[in-house]
Amino acid sequence: MAYFEYQNIFTQVQVQGHPEMGMDNENNMAAERTKSASFSTLAGLIGNAQLGPIYLGWAGMISLATGLLWFNIVGLNMLSQVGWSIPEFIRQLFWLALEPPGPEWGLRIPPLNEGGWYIISSFFLLVSVMSWWLRTYLLAEQHKMGKHIAWAFLAAIWLFLVLGLFRPILMGQWSEAVPYGIFPHLDWTTAFSIRYGNLYYNPFHALSIVFLYGSVLLFAMHGATILAVSRFGGDRELEQIYDRGTASERAALFWRWTMGFNATMEGIHRWAWWFAVLTPITGGIGILLTGTVVDNWFIWAQEHNFAPEYLAPYGYEAYGSYQGFLGQTTGGN
Amino acid sequence: MFPKWFKDWNAKNPTNIYGPAILVGVVGAAVFSAAALVTIGQPFKTDSLQTGPRGTGMSVPEFQADLFAAYPDADNFYTTEPIVPQANARPVRDVRPDADPSLGYLTPENYDRLVEAMRIWTGIPDLFAGEENYQTVVARSMIEMTQNINEFWGGHVNANAEVGVTCYTCHRGEPVPNNIWFKISPVNENAGGWSANQNRVTIVSNSTSLPSDYLETYLLLNEDGQYNRIGVHDLASRVQQLEGDPLIQQTERTYAFMNYIANSLGVNCTFCHNTRAFYDAGQVTPQWATASLGIQMVQEALDLYILPLEEVLPAERLGPVHADVPKLACATCHQGQQQPLRGLNVIANWPELATTSGEPDYSAFQ
Repeated sequence: MAYFEYQNIFTQVQVQGHPEMGMDNENNMAAERTKSASFSTLAGLIGNAQLGPIYLGWAGMISLATGLLWFNIVGLNMLSQVGWSIPEFIRQLFWLALEPPGPEWGLRIPPLNEGGWYIISSFFLLVSVMSWWLRTYLLAEQHKMGKHIAWAFLAAIWLFLVLGLFRPILMGQWSEAVPYGIFPHLDWTTAFSIRYGNLYYNPFHALSIVFLYGSVLLFAMHGATILAVSRFGGDRELEQIYDRGTASERAALFWRWTMGFNATMEGIHRWAWWFAVLTPITGGIGILLTGTVVDNWFIWAQEHNFAPEYLAPYGYEAYGSYQGFLGQTTGGN
Repeated sequence: MFPKWFKDWNAKNPTNIYGPAILVGVVGAAVFSAAALVTIGQPFKTDSLQTGPRGTGMSVPEFQADLFAAYPDADNFYTTEPIVPQANARPVRDVRPDADPSLGYLTPENYDRLVEAMRIWTGIPDLFAGEENYQTVVARSMIEMTQNINEFWGGHVNANAEVGVTCYTCHRGEPVPNNIWFKISPVNENAGGWSANQNRVTIVSNSTSLPSDYLETYLLLNEDGQYNRIGVHDLASRVQQLEGDPLIQQTERTYAFMNYIANSLGVNCTFCHNTRAFYDAGQVTPQWATASLGIQMVQEALDLYILPLEEVLPAERLGPVHADVPKLACATCHQGQQQPLRGLNVIANWPELATTSGEPDYSAFQ
């Protein structure tokens, strides 16, 4: 095996055969499951080669239906804004948006073309996301699993609800909500930070970044560690949790001798779960406080003595000259 | 071709050469690129103009190729020295009845000289000749505007050194200057209010999805006869929402305006601001004050000299959406440069355009 073979991202062993159709039990789980399954070699390179069957259930159906309504309302509003011109719709797709109502409407429902559609579509999106959450909960229950996935998803939904529901209500204006559009929601993000005096001075924003980057680091460390000890059976993580073998020992010793501390085969998954979950939880707290409790994070940071002062002068005259910059004379530094 | 022992040896010792070959290729290419960069140099060299304290990241970067490129607009500026009038010189209005009354107080020599220059600067060869037409009427207003800017807006125009403005600062040899703007909002169909004036690729929005109505909002008088406040913050750390405090909508519109100013001058945010606190007047550069004066100058120029031309201009010169007069703003003069014409002194030879008093000061040429 060449050196690069075990370092690539693709699964090295693919199993394709009779499809695994899953169990049926006293809950009649199979009744609402689709009946067919297929295999994809391409999918097998990055995951399980088997596609399907899929189970939606009533929660999944509601979620798909309302999500599709939201998607279509947004898309048709965009299409309407360019005068129902398909070429313009394609050309301006990343610029177009369904905007929330203007601030003059407060929490009232405005006419459809001034944000009314936004309110209606947002309601459908809320139903869609919440019923998809319910689906993750119900599916876990059917499988007699823990509810960790549902609670982790709820952490992300917390941030979503803060942005689109809780904070606008506390501010008394739907206009505080995020527009539905590719570039426009980025404009909103920038404007939100600038309006409230630079979000980088919001300590909860800082915490959220810590957990976000921390999640990335943990994921890389864990993935690399398991791949590195898979030749000793380390990829059979559950077995290693209750019956520690040489794979766990080596992985643990590697990290302990590298940084003086190591997670356990079980604990690393709790680290990862909490880092991931705390990213949107802390972020949501930071957003919720913005405009409702703190109006200018930079001034707040000055009051709490963590915005440094710079004594050097402002303006290029102190450091060079315009003519020097243009290369007309020597100068500048 | 190869001796038998060589082939035998190879047959007995099969070796995968592809792995090492890829390794050698990758490493070799990297070493070659690094060596080329070190010896030949960075092909896209940049220079930075530091604009604030170290550690704040305040600088304006440019490609050296752009900085050192020739700037023909500045080289093509037409200018001639004035002819100092004799003590008893008579004004042109007394000797030539066809001279334009707006400049009738000049001596005939300087009148001809100025009119000739204005014809070259604006690309209108028959300016002030023959029948009175709309270009003549516009020109009178524009001369007044130029004189007003030179006399009263030195704080903006001459902030660094005496440069002044002439017709050429905007016109650059074209009858209609580049980088003019018209009102185009609402830009979205079937949408009203806040939804209607943004999220479209337009020239005014500089191809962003930010609002397209910022120039008319901030540079023209509103319904109450006031200029709208350009602002994004309130200045309390804790919540203290006051009537008229900016909201996200005003912030986006201000952002669009600031983006316009940055594009007009070929600079970035940190030319004026420490971006950690955009609002803070204690953390801005002197250029921020110069730009603020520039905004007021544009507001006045639009109100006094440009908007009244709506009744003068023919239909084909008016805006495509609202049939409004073509308007100026930062980009009309600056045209992508920090200082128009890269800081060329255009007023030195033209005391006639430097004052509204009707008494040009020729003393520098005596």
